[in-house]
Amino acid sequence: MDLSLSLIIFLPMGGMLLLFGFGKRIGEPGAGIVATLAVVGSFLIAVVLAFDFINGDGPAETVRWFEWLPAFGVEAELRWDQLSALMTLVVTGVGSLIHLYSIGYMRGDPGFGRFFSYLNLFITSMLILVLANNFALLFVGWELVGLSSYLLISFWFERPIAAAAGKKAFIVNRVGDVGFILALMLIFSVFGSLGFDTVFEGAHRGELTVTMATAIALLLLVGAAGKSAQLPLYVWLPDAMEGPTPVSALIHAATMVTAGVYMVARTGAIFELAPIAAATVAVVGGATALFAATIAIAQRDIKRVLAYSTISQLGYMFMGVGAAAYTAGVFHLMTHAFFKALLFLGAGSVIHGMSGEQDMHKMGGLARKMPVTFATMAIAWLAISGIPPFAGFWSKDEILGVVFERGGLWQVLWGVGLVTALLTAFYMTRMMWLTFFGEPRWDDGVEPHESPRLMTVPLVVLAGLSVVGGLVNTPFKATLEHFLDPVFEAVHLAHAPDGSLAWILAAVSVAAGIIGIGAAILRYRSRVPVEDGLGWRLLGNGYYIDDVYAGVFAGGGKLGADWLAFRFDVRGIDGAVEGIGSLTRKAGGWLRPLQTGFVRSYGLAIIAGAVGLLAWFLSRGGI
Amino acid sequence: MDFPILSALIALPVAGGLAVLLVKRDELALPLSITSSLVTFGGAAWLLFAFESGEAGFQFVEKSTWHEPWGVGWHLGVDGISLLMVVLTAFLFPIALLASTAITHRVRQYAASMLFLQAGITGVFLSLDLLVFFIFWEAMLVPMYFIIGIWGGERRVHAAVKFFIFTAFGSALMFAGILSLGFLVSDQLGGPTFDFVELLGADLTRNAQLWLFGAFGISFAIKVPVFPFHTWLPDAHVEAPTGGSVILAGVLLKLGVYGLIRFNLTLFPKAAVDLVPVLAVLAVIGILYGAIVAIVQTDIKRLVAYSSVSHLGFVVLGVFALTTQSLQGGVIQMVNHGLTTGLLFLLVGMIYERRHTRQISEFGGLATVMPLLAGAFLFTAFASIGLPGLNGFVGEFFVLLGSYLSLPGYAIAATFGVVLAAVYLLWAYQRMFTGEITVEANRGLSDLSVREKIIIIPMAALVVFLGVYPKPALEIIEPSVDAILERIEEQTDYVVPEFGSTGDIAVEVAE
Repeated sequence: MDLSLSLIIFLPMGGMLLLFGFGKRIGEPGAGIVATLAVVGSFLIAVVLAFDFINGDGPAETVRWFEWLPAFGVEAELRWDQLSALMTLVVTGVGSLIHLYSIGYMRGDPGFGRFFSYLNLFITSMLILVLANNFALLFVGWELVGLSSYLLISFWFERPIAAAAGKKAFIVNRVGDVGFILALMLIFSVFGSLGFDTVFEGAHRGELTVTMATAIALLLLVGAAGKSAQLPLYVWLPDAMEGPTPVSALIHAATMVTAGVYMVARTGAIFELAPIAAATVAVVGGATALFAATIAIAQRDIKRVLAYSTISQLGYMFMGVGAAAYTAGVFHLMTHAFFKALLFLGAGSVIHGMSGEQDMHKMGGLARKMPVTFATMAIAWLAISGIPPFAGFWSKDEILGVVFERGGLWQVLWGVGLVTALLTAFYMTRMMWLTFFGEPRWDDGVEPHESPRLMTVPLVVLAGLSVVGGLVNTPFKATLEHFLDPVFEAVHLAHAPDGSLAWILAAVSVAAGIIGIGAAILRYRSRVPVEDGLGWRLLGNGYYIDDVYAGVFAGGGKLGADWLAFRFDVRGIDGAVEGIGSLTRKAGGWLRPLQTGFVRSYGLAIIAGAVGLLAWFLSRGGI
Repeated sequence: MDFPILSALIALPVAGGLAVLLVKRDELALPLSITSSLVTFGGAAWLLFAFESGEAGFQFVEKSTWHEPWGVGWHLGVDGISLLMVVLTAFLFPIALLASTAITHRVRQYAASMLFLQAGITGVFLSLDLLVFFIFWEAMLVPMYFIIGIWGGERRVHAAVKFFIFTAFGSALMFAGILSLGFLVSDQLGGPTFDFVELLGADLTRNAQLWLFGAFGISFAIKVPVFPFHTWLPDAHVEAPTGGSVILAGVLLKLGVYGLIRFNLTLFPKAAVDLVPVLAVLAVIGILYGAIVAIVQTDIKRLVAYSSVSHLGFVVLGVFALTTQSLQGGVIQMVNHGLTTGLLFLLVGMIYERRHTRQISEFGGLATVMPLLAGAFLFTAFASIGLPGLNGFVGEFFVLLGSYLSLPGYAIAATFGVVLAAVYLLWAYQRMFTGEITVEANRGLSDLSVREKIIIIPMAALVVFLGVYPKPALEIIEPSVDAILERIEEQTDYVVPEFGSTGDIAVEVAE
């Protein structure tokens, strides 16, 4: 167990180091194969280890690496329980497919070896995050994920826009990290340890007041909102598509953005004691889901549609975990990983076939040219639109069901989720229609073609998962819920309704999906409408929130910093110093007949000053 | 008597310096001085392994009295805190000298100045007699003054004089403080004494402690530098040659913090406890102010200099938060800052030697022509930002979480510094290294040479080692830190907060 669990991390870590040093020499496609095998290896080990849990609920196990920070009661220690197992499977499983796809997608890139080194680093970081057995190690993974995203988003660093996007992602995530660090301070100050077991058991024993639990939970939420791109810290994610497309798939689907959802689920013991904070999580999620969905409607860039769609779907997951439906939240995390990875890789295949074109207004009629890409993306489209029996239906419906069942104001949130579902179906249908149907609107010289097998095979596998992935947790057979039960046995889980109410709710949300799809088909069936009214421009530019942030922080903040640096510091503080200095120099001038060179005169000044001060000190008898 | 290893660590660089001056061949100056500093490093490394970590007191003590009536004597010793500083010093000097090949003018005097500087700094860390300490403190100023003033940039004389005035002002205060302290205790201790260990036995009134704390503290605060005494630092850094900047950032600034820990905390605990709010406020201002001012600098060396103000703010906060974790964090952060900021100055120096400019706007797209240097810069930037796995993280983590136990409000404010650090370093990296090459002069620049790799690799290795496995270093520090805190608890009503005891404060803050 010790070694095999460690190997899950060591394999991609080794791949990362190997390729970092020799990636160039190993070359193409060797570097990609090495990296892919490393992640596949981790996945296989995880599958084998996870079997223990499936055959009965094997207890959580820990593996200690070395003594790390004894002052905080934590070691470098891994934890293998059902939740970390599930996350590991998603990360390495979807990650493997993205690696495989990248071998084809990145062909001919001069940074091929470096790219795969970074991909392995991303997987390594994410695995540290989900396998950590304490907050400190989780934070290590958390930050390394930030580093990985920085490196990969700005992978094509010669492009200023990519370099800026990478920096933005890291800095916005750091803002969230402030919340995380503050939460760690509070946790440590209460429990004297950052170990999961100590903290969660302490929380159950009632060592946490409601106020304290609320403060910790809200601060954790700030951190989670940064990583999982929720309001108001979502702004880095749409820019993150400046990285190569497989990176978007990795960030949006398998890794990074899921970290916040995982963290809330992992710390359920704290959120349980803080109902206000938990409700805040759900409200943030609901608001983000609706907000991002409205923006997604008006995007022309195929990757931007998907980026806002990710933000919106993460909102659902936050609604789920906020409503204490941790299983449902994690379930949606999993199904979303399948269909969103598929959508991004499919979009990459489209862009690849269109020689780099990302504007959907210049696509159209691609279904015949790219049959595999089209067929697989169509499955993802139905999955995200909540059409049964595809994967997204089951997980989204469970979240909406739980939220409805909580009653009272929660049902407003259910309404928000329902409207979002309708909008989601609408914008995804719009995307599908503009891309694959209608008259070709390609630029001259663009010859669309299907992508090579290396890229389509992962699409097919993900399409398969997007069809059946939802069946692991249906109201008829809640396999996943039972699987995760041991992790959440100490936490009160909220449940979806059953009986006729469940059927009614499901029917309503399917209806919402069908209305969304139908409306979009009607609108985009025969022509591409001009969409540049005021409302469309407002949505297309994401309510200009980015511009507001840029004005406040990059503009106003810069002005303030300039004032501090070049007025206050140079003229104010240093001006005073220089003033005294020039006075001294004048005094030195008067003394010059007696002394030559100022070093000596300062030497004299030291002694004279010291003697004077000494006399004064001693004259004050008391001291 | 055992071999006087501590004296040897001070004498070796002096001997090396004299040898460089006496062998009148310029081309041998750097090889000789590097050899000398490597031998010293060997001694320091031996000391590191021979040191009994886990013990609190001073080790390898050497003591002989010079002037009995005044209690003046040669008294050296090393504890966990000074040990790390001495090893850091010995580690950085060979590297700083190896990075000095650009110096061609009066190179023998330069190499000798550097070695004398090393002797002075090592002496400051090892002295247990206040007058000897002061002699080393002053002795070290002179070579540093020359290094900036002779081998510096365009405004070197201005910078050197400014450096000197600031420090001399502090020195005058400290000298008065030392003399007052030495004579003040003569009633209690049966005669004046300047021996640190004997002074620990004195019982000073709160009033006396406050005055003496001020006299020592201002001098040390200038050196750190604590806001608002920091304005000499950017000027000195910008003008100093690369080797000088490395030593200035790497160890010279640490002398200030070291002094605060060794003398202000230990000798004047009552005053220290009273003045915690003052120092904590200045530390937090330094963290945020230094970082904000760093963001908009146009000169990369000035940027790194202001980042030092911010980082040293973390150190001072950790020291005066007076908890085990925070003080440990402060000390380990001194080492970390020495490594990362030293490395940043080395890299900036390498770029300067190629382009003879420090203006960020003169660069852009450098990563395409020098990928290795760009990678090294980014690596160091992330270490400085406090990315886990690299050394900066450990110190920041200890300082922030440790400070929260005693100074929650200040710790919360300080946490925002971690965002600002990412802003100023990553923005600088973006402007200098990413994008297309915009200035033609940058197009033909060469990547790292073998010599430059030799400079970077040991530092980078240490950055990773301390980041992943900080335990050995923490174990060296811990007993000394605990001893200081125990002494403060004995002498004052202060109780080092334990976890759990601050729940109420935390809730107040949260509300």
